[in-house]
Amino acid sequence: MRAQSAMELRLLLRNGENLLVTLGIPVGLLVFFSVVDVLPVRGRPVDFLVPGVLTLALMGAGMVSLAIATGFERFYLVLKRLGATPLRRTELVAAKIAAVLTVQAVQVTIVVAVAWLLGWRPTLSPSGVLLAGCALLLATAAFCGVGLALAGRLRAVATLALVNALFVVLLLISGVVFPLAALPATLARLAALLPPAALTEVLRAAFAGTALGVDALVVLALWGAAAPLIAALVFRWE
Amino acid sequence: MANDTAVAVEELTKRYGGRTVVDAVSLRVDAGAVVALLGPNGAGKTTTVECIAGFRTPDAGTVQVLGADPRADRDEVMARMGVMLQEGGTYQAATPREMLRLYAALYPHPLDIDALLERLGLTEPARRRIRTLSGGQKQRLNLALALVGRPSVLLLDEPTSGMDPQARLDAWDLVRELRDDGLAILLTTHFMDEAERLADVVAVIDGGRLRAVDSPAALVAADARTGSHLLVTSVENVDIAGLAAAVGAAVTPDGDGRWLLEAGPEAIPRVTAWFAERSLTLTGISVNPTSLEDVFLRLTRQGEP
Repeated sequence: MRAQSAMELRLLLRNGENLLVTLGIPVGLLVFFSVVDVLPVRGRPVDFLVPGVLTLALMGAGMVSLAIATGFERFYLVLKRLGATPLRRTELVAAKIAAVLTVQAVQVTIVVAVAWLLGWRPTLSPSGVLLAGCALLLATAAFCGVGLALAGRLRAVATLALVNALFVVLLLISGVVFPLAALPATLARLAALLPPAALTEVLRAAFAGTALGVDALVVLALWGAAAPLIAALVFRWE
Repeated sequence: MANDTAVAVEELTKRYGGRTVVDAVSLRVDAGAVVALLGPNGAGKTTTVECIAGFRTPDAGTVQVLGADPRADRDEVMARMGVMLQEGGTYQAATPREMLRLYAALYPHPLDIDALLERLGLTEPARRRIRTLSGGQKQRLNLALALVGRPSVLLLDEPTSGMDPQARLDAWDLVRELRDDGLAILLTTHFMDEAERLADVVAVIDGGRLRAVDSPAALVAADARTGSHLLVTSVENVDIAGLAAAVGAAVTPDGDGRWLLEAGPEAIPRVTAWFAERSLTLTGISVNPTSLEDVFLRLTRQGEP
């Protein structure tokens, strides 16, 4: 399983488009809007941006790049062929998750480091950090679940197109570069029911040291449980 | 000996929708033997192999690999079986060396990767991206991946399609070597020469059913007994009806300057006399030129109206 995980990781890092979605776009947005003060937010832009940028980065790794890689592995019968080796399917999925978590650890480190250089100083409490950690894991389960459900059922090119479109739409409606309040009320309510906005909200509260909304955690818990389950049900190995 | 049986397929049936693609196929592959599943496209070769490889669940019948069920006893079977798919199976952005290193890590006692790359002529492209390899190189990599875990049973689905002639001969040598090492090898092919020259046993499959199972020589001999014929070659214009009447046997054209006579060696004097009387040049006459191809074509035509 370790060899499989190392291979997954190596291939994720080898792919240029992957790096763009997992690091380039999130870090680029963070730096650009921190330096160019055009956001409709009170306070310093970097404080507003960090939670959403982290969300975007994790979504890029967990949903976008995992789905695209897995979709093409299905297309090229990589997954089918691995089915005739001693590697079990649970081990294969575990290897993928381990690779995604490794990428995410790198993402969090880089985003936090860049934010720190831009003057970000969060107000952290132990309970806030703990909750933020739980939220990250639940959101990762949700992102990976959605990504694998799409990759396991659709054609590879359809998966590619769809996750990229989702990435852009969710970037706009999840409070990443502007608050949900700026959206039409119905759209804002809908967006709040999706994992990216919920994760952003939890992280924002955790970094500001303010009280956490239970709603957002419930949304994350439901998606974090349902998405992997749906993926397991709909996934086709070839 | 029953314990030399590596693959035992009994009455295997597989349907897709309402269509029966494999129909009560029974097959045995012993250790140290090569069995070729020979059939036209769509005959059920790949489905049979995929049932043995555990990719598909049979609708009826049983499959045993080394005495175990490839699906229920997956771990046990997969550690000792090497599979080569017809196509794909590799990470396009990886290199052959990376791919082999990964597969080597999945098995308890893998082969040496460098030696394997060398043996299959993959040393030169070993560090190139797999997507840039030629079709034949990809095939050889897939063969290497099937071998790296030191399997006792080898399933090869059309192993040499896409290989150039030299690579094909090399692959045949390798398969013979592996058989001599005691591996049980089942391969599918639609190449007659491959089945004829490589297999100890040929199983002819068509329309999902086995039409014949025997050694290539025995298949040809059985066919020759029932349908003895002569192949006549000449550069002349041959009057088919006249020749048939003189020899007392049916004559059918078999391409440019070739005629098949439904008669045994006893008819040769009558043929040569017929040509001599007309001062026609006879360039060749041969007895029983039955090849595996003839047998195959006859067997696989049975299903047609």
